[in-house]
Amino acid sequence: MSSRFSSSRFRALALLLFALNLSAAELRVCSDPNNLPFSNQREEGFENKLARLIARDLGAKVTYYWWAQRRGFVRNTLGAEKCDVIMGVPSSFELALTTRPYYRSGYVFVTRRDRRLDINSLDDPRLRRLKVGVQIIGDDYASSPPAHALANRGITENIVGYSVYGDYSKDSPPRRIVDAVAKREVDLSAVWGPTAGYFARKSSVPLVLTRFTPEIDLPFLPFVFDISMAVRRGDTALRDRLDRIIMRRRAEIDAILREYGVPRMDDFGDEP
Amino acid sequence: MRCDKRLAIITIVFTIACDMPEQPSQPAGVAKHAGSGKAIIPPAAAAPEDGQWVRVQKDHANTRFSGLQQINLSNIDQLKAVTTFSTGMVRGHEATPLVIGDTMYLVTPFPNVLFALDLKEPGGATKWVYRPDPDPAAQGVACCDVVNRGAAYGDGKVIINTLDNHTIAVNAATGEEVWNTKLGDINRGETMTMAPLVVKDKVLVGNSGGEMGVRGWMTALDLKSGKIVWRAYSTGPDNEVLIGPRFKPFYPMDQGRDLGVKSWPPDAWKIGGGTVWGWISYDPESNLIFYGTGNPGPWNAEQRPGDNKWTSALFARDADTGEAVWAYQLVPHDVFDYDSVNESILLDLELGGRKRKVLVRPERNGYVYVIDRLTGEVLSANPFGHINSSFGVDLKTGRVRENKTKEPKMGRVVRDICPAAPGTKDWQPSAFSPRTGLIYITHQNLCMDFEGVEANYIAGTPFVGANVKMYPGPGGHRGEVTAWDPVAGRAVWKIRENFPVWSGALATAGDLVFYGTMDGWAKAIDARTGTERWKFKVGSGIIAPPMTYRGPDGKQYIAFLSGVGGWAGAIVAGDLDPRDATAALGFANAMADLKKATTRGGMLYVFSL
Repeated sequence: MSSRFSSSRFRALALLLFALNLSAAELRVCSDPNNLPFSNQREEGFENKLARLIARDLGAKVTYYWWAQRRGFVRNTLGAEKCDVIMGVPSSFELALTTRPYYRSGYVFVTRRDRRLDINSLDDPRLRRLKVGVQIIGDDYASSPPAHALANRGITENIVGYSVYGDYSKDSPPRRIVDAVAKREVDLSAVWGPTAGYFARKSSVPLVLTRFTPEIDLPFLPFVFDISMAVRRGDTALRDRLDRIIMRRRAEIDAILREYGVPRMDDFGDEP
Repeated sequence: MRCDKRLAIITIVFTIACDMPEQPSQPAGVAKHAGSGKAIIPPAAAAPEDGQWVRVQKDHANTRFSGLQQINLSNIDQLKAVTTFSTGMVRGHEATPLVIGDTMYLVTPFPNVLFALDLKEPGGATKWVYRPDPDPAAQGVACCDVVNRGAAYGDGKVIINTLDNHTIAVNAATGEEVWNTKLGDINRGETMTMAPLVVKDKVLVGNSGGEMGVRGWMTALDLKSGKIVWRAYSTGPDNEVLIGPRFKPFYPMDQGRDLGVKSWPPDAWKIGGGTVWGWISYDPESNLIFYGTGNPGPWNAEQRPGDNKWTSALFARDADTGEAVWAYQLVPHDVFDYDSVNESILLDLELGGRKRKVLVRPERNGYVYVIDRLTGEVLSANPFGHINSSFGVDLKTGRVRENKTKEPKMGRVVRDICPAAPGTKDWQPSAFSPRTGLIYITHQNLCMDFEGVEANYIAGTPFVGANVKMYPGPGGHRGEVTAWDPVAGRAVWKIRENFPVWSGALATAGDLVFYGTMDGWAKAIDARTGTERWKFKVGSGIIAPPMTYRGPDGKQYIAFLSGVGGWAGAIVAGDLDPRDATAALGFANAMADLKKATTRGGMLYVFSL
């Protein structure tokens, strides 16, 4: 009884704080205006749907600040106080305070179904001769984990790099690496799960997503990532509220992710 | 599994040396004298001393030397601020102003506003303002700070590059746009930050954006119309690099067909970098232009086995046709982020009793290269800072002798790599005085550790990279001014500075050298001894090379543009959180104390006696 009382009192207090904090019950979200399946300015991405779900739970309205999700994104958005929430970052992200993970996905191989390649290991010898597409970032001290992993195995001659940024003047810039498989530009691609899942579904040629082993290359190169929402460091009040909504709305969140074909590597969603 | 292990891209954490002297401007060197031999500016590449400052480099030789001597060692203590002008912008100001006739031209960082100031009016009244209104999205997709390194002038037009890849010519008298040519696509990560160079009837420009996987190029535009005359890519097949029958590189490593393709895994050259965001020199006698290219991508060098030509390389090209006459890859298969975009200073030297036509390059990898500018032969390559990432340059093969134990590798901890990623010297241009025979190099003294990985993300995609920590090199200071004797191939004296010296330098016939510090001191030193002779505290840190001119009143003026920023100063210009280990590729963390030393804001300061 008393716990229920304190919890409802807490909720009332939280709502009050929320109203003060987010002026007129707005959920201020920073998002990329052209980055399906995650988000776009027409609010067609799964992160847009999640934002709507969260806002509904808070009794608030979603407002967006649009900024390309590249280097400087956090600084120019959350950091510049243009918004209070970013809908998706790795859970270990350092630049912001992250919520509990709401999904776990991983890099997957994308192949044409008619090729029947069924490659499920980074150590499959065929990766040395097939043409493999990887997501690349440019000379920014970083690369996508499968790109690192294949290079570590000395596999470089048959690799084709596709920019994570893509051509921003076109719709859904990162989709080219998936289209490349359908068009036989490459035999297979190693692609971040949500991007792979969404564009594979849109493909006119049947494509298959395959998980691969290992999940981590030692000493520590992971291919599977927990994804969280993020708020400004120090904004524990909002983070705690989001955490509770993530728990409470588990089923609805899963349904949205399923709708977008996000391959899940946790207990809640579908295997790829 | 839960990814609760911390992984990072690049965390350049700076260990602040607390025991550093406040103003460590003491020359500390072997001997306090001028150059040992004869070094002159090639007459054809020198600028007549007419009191103007027509190009940011002063002359085609890139010396940043002025023949004006009204302000000199005997009266420098009387130098006073006479005029200031606010640009109204807060990002990094790297552009040296131009003075043509009675007008000063000043281009700002994004949104790249061009101001014309009437020097006849007291206080320099604004004559006109040209606003190119670049695409605001350019800020979001641009790498690094949104800097601009200056305007160019020719045929009655002032020419600027905008961050969103337009080269624009403006009527110098009226401020009206004459032509406007789009050269690259911001939507593919391309930007433009370098200063154009006018050579005869052409404007030469290059692109930026290696961090985004952009393929580098140099483009010549017709000065009259703005039409593209030629474009030379830095990677790819010979016909796109403009390598043809005239191409005669000095070293066997640079000889062969289509090396811009063959020295990469298939197709990797298409995203290989080699952008052209630095300085161009021009030798009218040989009709050659000289410029260096940026480093290769992607960052993980194991993804790109091979020399990765023509990244981190030096090109000599025919100024009219763009044909490559020779090339020399300064850093084959770069693994440290050592771009080769630094200035080539054209000099005629007496070396070993022979007159040599050379170019001198204080390179990011820590060596001052003296190169025969007609053949591409390296005559000497001596260190001007602390280096352990390599063991010198083999003059027989032209190759850097790499220290494999310092090579960053994913998942391996590598400590004490010197110089750090910004190199012993970054873009900030040196100056040369023919009166002392010395080159004045403003630079860094930084080392770094590579360790661990951290998860980050771009466009919704998690990725991992190296975790880097930067810290001061031997001595505990982060910046230096080195007076370099190009004939003897050694430093004559050095000045230590607390922060990296990101301003570049100006040398004058008054035997003074001017430079600025990131904490906002405009300084003048004795060109022969390095003794500090004058200083003035400006509002914001200085990262633009100073210049000098003779005003309509016949007096000599010195101009400093202050406005901290750039890679080194992004922590202030971008108002970054010092706790953001990954901000500005980590350099922000390296400069955590800069926020206490200066604040942002673009302001021009003009000094005279």
